[in-house]
Amino acid sequence: MDAEIIAMLGQDGVTNGAIYALLALALVLVFAVTRVIFIPQGEFLAWGALTMAALEGGHLPTTVWLLAGLGVLALGVDLFSATGRRTIGRSVLWNLAYPLALAGLLWVLPLAELSTWARVIVTLAIVVPMGPMLYRVAFQPVAEAPVLVLLIISVAVHLAMVGFGLLAFGPEGSRTTPFSEAQLELGTLMVGGHTLVVILASLVLIVGLYLFFDRTLYGKALRATAINRNGARLMGISPALAGRLTFFLAAVIGVLSGVLVAPLTTIYYDSGFLIGLKGFVAAIIGGLASYPLAAAGAILVGLLESFSSFWASAFKDVIVFTLIIPVLMWRSLTSHHVEEEE
Amino acid sequence: MNSRIETASRAPAPGASRVGPKHVLGLFLVLLAAAPLVLPDFYVTLLNYIGLSALVALGLVLLTGVGGLTSFGQAAFVGLGAYTTAWLTTSQELPGWLAAIGSSPWLALIAGLVLTALVAIILGSVTLKLSGHFLPLGTMAWGISLYFLFGNMEFLGGHGGLSGIPALKLFGFELIENRHYYYLVWAFVLLGLFTTRNLLDSREGRAIRALKGGMVMAEAMGVDTSRARMVIFVIAALQACAAGWLYAHLQRFVNPTPFGLHIGIEYLFMAVVGGAGQVWGALVGAGVITVLKQWLQDILPKVFGSAGNFEVIVFGVMMVIVLQRARDGLWPLLAKIVPVREAPRVIDASAQPLDKKPQPPMGEMILEAKNVTRKFGGLVANNNMSLSVKAGEILALIGPNGAGKSTMFNQLSGVDTPTSGEVLFRGKPVAGHQSREIAGLGMSRTFQHVRLLPKMTVLENVAIGAHLRGSKGVLPAAWRLDRVEEARLMREAAIQVERVGLGEFMHTEAGSLALGQQRILEIARALCSDPCLLLLDEPAAGLRFKEKQALTELLRRLKSEGMAVLIVEHDMDFVMSLVDRVVVMEFGEKIAEGLPEEIQKDPAVLEAYLGGV
Repeated sequence: MDAEIIAMLGQDGVTNGAIYALLALALVLVFAVTRVIFIPQGEFLAWGALTMAALEGGHLPTTVWLLAGLGVLALGVDLFSATGRRTIGRSVLWNLAYPLALAGLLWVLPLAELSTWARVIVTLAIVVPMGPMLYRVAFQPVAEAPVLVLLIISVAVHLAMVGFGLLAFGPEGSRTTPFSEAQLELGTLMVGGHTLVVILASLVLIVGLYLFFDRTLYGKALRATAINRNGARLMGISPALAGRLTFFLAAVIGVLSGVLVAPLTTIYYDSGFLIGLKGFVAAIIGGLASYPLAAAGAILVGLLESFSSFWASAFKDVIVFTLIIPVLMWRSLTSHHVEEEE
Repeated sequence: MNSRIETASRAPAPGASRVGPKHVLGLFLVLLAAAPLVLPDFYVTLLNYIGLSALVALGLVLLTGVGGLTSFGQAAFVGLGAYTTAWLTTSQELPGWLAAIGSSPWLALIAGLVLTALVAIILGSVTLKLSGHFLPLGTMAWGISLYFLFGNMEFLGGHGGLSGIPALKLFGFELIENRHYYYLVWAFVLLGLFTTRNLLDSREGRAIRALKGGMVMAEAMGVDTSRARMVIFVIAALQACAAGWLYAHLQRFVNPTPFGLHIGIEYLFMAVVGGAGQVWGALVGAGVITVLKQWLQDILPKVFGSAGNFEVIVFGVMMVIVLQRARDGLWPLLAKIVPVREAPRVIDASAQPLDKKPQPPMGEMILEAKNVTRKFGGLVANNNMSLSVKAGEILALIGPNGAGKSTMFNQLSGVDTPTSGEVLFRGKPVAGHQSREIAGLGMSRTFQHVRLLPKMTVLENVAIGAHLRGSKGVLPAAWRLDRVEEARLMREAAIQVERVGLGEFMHTEAGSLALGQQRILEIARALCSDPCLLLLDEPAAGLRFKEKQALTELLRRLKSEGMAVLIVEHDMDFVMSLVDRVVVMEFGEKIAEGLPEEIQKDPAVLEAYLGGV
């Protein structure tokens, strides 16, 4: 192994690590605000990537129909438990009118001729609304349940989404064209343009999230909910709104990671799970609480993965997932008194 | 109101049939034994698989339903059992001693169980001390790792797997036919069922049942909750391993597929759908999910026309609905159809009394806190607090709301650790020690916010207090070798229940008592541990006048027996007529100490309670 290979593996590792970092941030965010351990995060990544691929191929992405279906479900749940006419009106608008309007728009748009940026926007427009809808349907009715129940529901949602993913995309994988084909030469090191796009995009997203949480009222409301749910509720912050907003952000992050990762590797309907779990390993390094630690953990996971795929490629996943053991051991040695579970 | 509860708890409900649990059980066993004699082969095979799944789900019932923990990695433990026996019994190139184990599948079973226990202990020791969601995440990662390991190990046959596993022999009889194997599978299942049920109805079982929502209380009663969590995790893993061993010798072939994470999730679904709180839920869940999967795999491709993983959609959606609408699963719904009445537990009045520790002599210093300070960041909840209690003395700790009384209690009882200062209990420093160690020394407490297990009876709740006075562990409990000790524990609990005046509610669910009675129950539970010091946190709150009088009388009697009592209370009439000395706190500090009459005239105290008058 010479310096060139090390540099290449390092570059690979940091690129993947940047994506894991995004996922880890979303996981920490969702857990902090809603106490849901969001296993389906990976599905948003896969659906984002595959929707992008479908658009690139000039097809109407089947995710539109999933959006419409989920919207009908969400509307149903709203009707079933609704209190006011305004809520229903808004629910009809977002859960029924929006998906249909989007489908109609996609029908008339010349999909094959869209620019890359337009494709990204369309992908976001299709997949992201499913985040809040999912929260409405699966999690909001049991928002006060113990973490364990939420976790099992989360796994169940993941399973169903994988099944729907197979239905929508079929068993074949897809890969999209990179955002940039340029090659930069830094000394002896060749840096791919797409690598820079990934790293830059991740940084922009992280800074954006920071500003959102630090500067905006909604961001502060989410932080308040994360720190003290009941206290936030007494201050007039609706937990349902906080949940939907969080899932919206998680979906944005998931879809963008999918769009970024699609040119790097072939994505299948079920690829999201393993990628998402690597984000989890990173999030666990941060104790499901610290954003900077989670991001650092993500880079570590990325590097570990790329180097172990060089030395023992068959065992790379084993190595990455076994990393969780020493991390948990360290966490366990540094925690003391018995506390009640929620 | 009292009489209403009494009749509800004692007289059989009108119209309830005379079906006892024994009749239903007997019928079930007969049906189970007759099934392979009458059913076609297909159904016998199906029942075999249901049995195997039930064995795994049973472990999850204990872990998830009872203990409040969960694991997605049970399929990996099944794989560990299956691969251990597959490798040992088929490999030709084993070193001598391993070959000796491999000569008999039964020895391979033992090897698998030992290996599984080791893995479970390692996994458990790194995750169980952390909050509950780290175990499922850890097991998820471990499930994936093991799956890839199975698939990539040359000597385990890679993704192709291992074949040619020998059939099992029982007393020289080869179990090749499904009909014969059926009896072995269900013998294992029944063994698992009954040992689990026995375990739950024992001293260790009560500790395990306290894990879900009662950990702080259990620790204060001397239960080692991390050990109890470990115990159920290992038991669940061993049951999964045994299922894997049975699977390997039934199929005579293993490959990694049935041990992947998705199957692990399916096992958890079985436990949840069946009803994770009861052992029978495992059977129901395993049956429903196995049959449903079979049926869906048959029917869905015909409906949708293409091959796909449609059943996961149905399972996923079903799971969400079950958890949203019927979180206790199907078993409670089934149990309603057949109204089986559990007979109330019989208390053996002739059981030998439990040993008592010698009470310290009157006037001996029991508890001494010296300059205890507790800071939470910038907030000083306790500042330089000192107090002492002697044997045969009742000390009251009073003060306005937010003065730091309960925080002080937590420092004394080991629930929290003081930032600085010393706590001596019978001359030994105990600050910073675990609350269960302190409980073992003879300090027992009640909680300001009542902490009991609402689904357990009053008697069982009180018996948790006697945890440290018994010694029989998990194995004796599972095999019912603990009954002599159990009778003694129950007798003691019953005596304490009677003593505090809750005798008529002995077999009532604790959650259905009024708040005041629940507080009294906590006192009985504390007394059950044979303490020399009682810490009572607002025992009179929510009590009616007569009940307060009875409590006063009880505490006076305890005092005359040499008990030291430290009491936090807001009810001044109650406090002033009962206690020997009073310590007054405000803003985390002691502002006065003395006899009740002196305190009532103390200007600082009047200022604190009434403002400047």
